[in-house]
Amino acid sequence: MKDVRSDFPQLKRKINGKRLVYLDSSATSLKPRQVIEKEQEYYTQYCANVFRGIYKTSEEATEEFENARTKVAAFIGAKESAEVIFTRNTSESINLVAQAMKKTDEVVTTIMEHHSNFVPWQQLAELKVWKLGEDRRLDLRELDRLVTPKTKLLAITAVSNVLGTISPIRNICHIVKKINPHCLVLVDAAQAVPHMKINIEDWKADFVAFSSHKMLGPTGVGVLWGRRELLEELSPYQYGGEMIKEVHVDKTIFADLPHKFEAGTPHIAGVIGLGAAVDYLQALGMDAIRKHEIEITRYALKALANIKGISIYGPHDAQDRGGVIAFTMKDTHAHDIAQLLDENNVCIRAGHHCAMPLHEYLHIPATARASFYIYTTKEDVDALIVGLEKIRKIFA
Amino acid sequence: MWGWRRLEKFLPNMDLYRDSILDHYKHPRNFGHLDKPDVVTEEGNVTCGDRVVMEIKYKGKIEDIRFNGDGCAISQASASMLTEKVKGMNKKQMRKLSRIDIENMLGTTLTPSRVKCATLPLEVLQKAMVSLNENYG
Repeated sequence: MKDVRSDFPQLKRKINGKRLVYLDSSATSLKPRQVIEKEQEYYTQYCANVFRGIYKTSEEATEEFENARTKVAAFIGAKESAEVIFTRNTSESINLVAQAMKKTDEVVTTIMEHHSNFVPWQQLAELKVWKLGEDRRLDLRELDRLVTPKTKLLAITAVSNVLGTISPIRNICHIVKKINPHCLVLVDAAQAVPHMKINIEDWKADFVAFSSHKMLGPTGVGVLWGRRELLEELSPYQYGGEMIKEVHVDKTIFADLPHKFEAGTPHIAGVIGLGAAVDYLQALGMDAIRKHEIEITRYALKALANIKGISIYGPHDAQDRGGVIAFTMKDTHAHDIAQLLDENNVCIRAGHHCAMPLHEYLHIPATARASFYIYTTKEDVDALIVGLEKIRKIFA
Repeated sequence: MWGWRRLEKFLPNMDLYRDSILDHYKHPRNFGHLDKPDVVTEEGNVTCGDRVVMEIKYKGKIEDIRFNGDGCAISQASASMLTEKVKGMNKKQMRKLSRIDIENMLGTTLTPSRVKCATLPLEVLQKAMVSLNENYG
């Protein structure tokens, strides 16, 4: 893959004279110049509200906004752009679907979910949890036991944000529909869409949620894709401006898809920026990105395994995981690791990474997590390893 | 100018892992359990998985104290140092303890993300004082 680092202004930054080693892309990705400039273009060239102005700049803004929707739809393989709904983030996308659940509805989810794909179902439905099998991967045979004729929905992550475990979504959808054709599948693709080629039609899922800010785009924008017939059945998530066709004193007729779910002025600049992020990723090629991440992950897995006292969680082979590695170090708490690495501007995450049920299940209070993206180099991994060796000596 | 001042908070802080803190972390003082404590309180910091339990024998002042739990070096060293500091103190003296005292005790200033770790043991102690008040007036 071509060297992209010069596109990322933040990578030029030095703190205390030392370069930044950013290993927390699973939390949020850095942003390339192209995305920042596109957002700025909206604010400096055609800042106007969308869908209402008759004047040129408003039409321009509307066109850019809807172009972004078309780009996102094509990027994930959606049949039509009206099935792409802009939200605030993955959590909101999932809540939009979860609000349709009743307390008595049976929902199946996995133990490795991010809280965003766990708490909404736990609060609004009856939850059944799919545990992990060998090599911390999902055993598909379990589905026979978990999915019943009563099950309304399976909520599952495409890639675990802690273990990196990749779920075979296509197979899972196939099995689920065979057991119960009415059981819907919602995929949390926040850790997948930025990192690998996705085709939702191929997956045969019913809903897919992800966030702009993890895929080089601005914060504050999320995406929900859903099948047209399902989205049409769902009631609006919020009521107000922009989501209506007609409003009368006694009743309101809601707008068609996708606007029915986009109440109020949206994050216009953010959505337009997301369009630029999609362009950027597509120019690089998702296959090239995946290949780069496998290479970095394989390199990091090997280097980490050589440090005494380190335990790595998740599948052993880089092929079976996304570009994220959670680990613990004997006698050293994850927070201390993160704090000491920060002395050399090595940014990692420490804690439960919004996946407390998983940490409880693994009986570990916290893990340290390094995650990679298109701009991560082997030198970045080396800096992590040097830092960890130092920490091991401090706590030995 | 203001930018620099703001940055100072985030400057390297090896102080946080000075020898005395590491020493208390690796060799905690007053670690373990008491026979028949007057009060036992516990508090956790779920975001990082820190947990501190304090067991106290109190008769007009802290006669004996033990702590246990697990967590990062800062929370555990802070608990260890605090047990040494408060032995012999009465409720009034303990109520006066604050974040500043913890920073002085640790001999360092705390970065924003670590305040909670360092002050967790003090919270547990002050919770113990509340239940002593309830039980012993």
